Amino acid sequence: MAQPDRPLSPHLGIYRWQVSNTLSILHRITGVGLGVGLLLLVTWLAALAGGPQRFAGVMGFLAGPVGLLLLAGFSFCFFYHLANGIRHLMWDAGRGFEPAVARRSGWFTVSAAAVLTVLLWLLILVF
Amino acid sequence: MAEFSLPANSRVSEGKVFKAAADAAQVRSFRVYRYDPDSGENPRLDTYEVDISRCGPMVLDALIKIKNEVDSTLTFRRSCREGICGSCAMNIDGVNTLACTQAIEDIKGDVRIYPLPHMPVIKDLVPDLTNFYAQYASIKPWLQTRTPAPPDRERLQSRADQELINSPSACILCACCSTSCPSYWWNSDRYLGPAALLAAYRWLVDTRDEATGERLDDLEDPFRLYRCHTIMNCTNACPKDLNPARAIAATKRMIAERHL
Repeated sequence: MAQPDRPLSPHLGIYRWQVSNTLSILHRITGVGLGVGLLLLVTWLAALAGGPQRFAGVMGFLAGPVGLLLLAGFSFCFFYHLANGIRHLMWDAGRGFEPAVARRSGWFTVSAAAVLTVLLWLLILVF
Repeated sequence: MAEFSLPANSRVSEGKVFKAAADAAQVRSFRVYRYDPDSGENPRLDTYEVDISRCGPMVLDALIKIKNEVDSTLTFRRSCREGICGSCAMNIDGVNTLACTQAIEDIKGDVRIYPLPHMPVIKDLVPDLTNFYAQYASIKPWLQTRTPAPPDRERLQSRADQELINSPSACILCACCSTSCPSYWWNSDRYLGPAALLAAYRWLVDTRDEATGERLDDLEDPFRLYRCHTIMNCTNACPKDLNPARAIAATKRMIAERHL
């Protein structure tokens, strides 16, 4: 194994960001985002059980600019993680491994997540 | 645990600049990682200005020109200079590839050259591949049989059988794929990495091999095989256009199918 006095060659800091590895780390980040969003959801439910005053307080926060930003992020995390999860299922079935195809499916996943997020918020804001 | 920053002895500082001659026609800058084990100093990034109008077309040509004409201490591995030995694998312009098949003109701006990522550096662009080779040996890359061979001839394969192993057996073990893989960076002590897994797959699908079950037993491990998260850096980096990511997915499927 490695001798302790030998330097380690640069890695994360020098490797080029490509569609494939960027979307891979985005999958991990949106997964963490979903965890945080779930906390938000639980807070909301707990406030609902805690009475009208608590609920009004939490709703006030969530309807404010920070709250809306968090919820918008949560919804994007959900749609991206979902769409990319389907992409992963396709890979697990052995399909889509050609670099050009994987690039295309990556862009499709990002587009789908963006479109679904916008659609959801149009629905929320219109109705 | 993943260690995202470089240890103190590995941080790279700015190095020397070697200017091109005044009469140079077409100058390109090569920013090359240097580490001298005898000096005790940290690695540095030296800049060599090369007149590429008097140089071969590939990055390896430029490295050889620098070593011959500018700085004979520059150290790198090379042999065949035609993409079949795998010696000159390094990180060029942010992606692992072979210096001998990477054209200089395909790179925009300064040509940044580092050793293969997240490896112990012996000197300059020469990484220590001991662990990489040990992992290759660990998948038992040879034909294993139980039944005796036919007395009068070799173990024959059909053309279709041969085609299964054509692509994976074209691997030259240059280590471009394994050292491009973030999972391998953080877990190379336990994760086999794309190169060794592609080699394992080559023997799994070999119709003459009779140790498929044992091979899958060895791979069925949270780290050895399943640290692959389909990041696909391996397949994007492979200078032979092989597809380790697909081979790993196929191996996972073979194991899943055993449990059905």
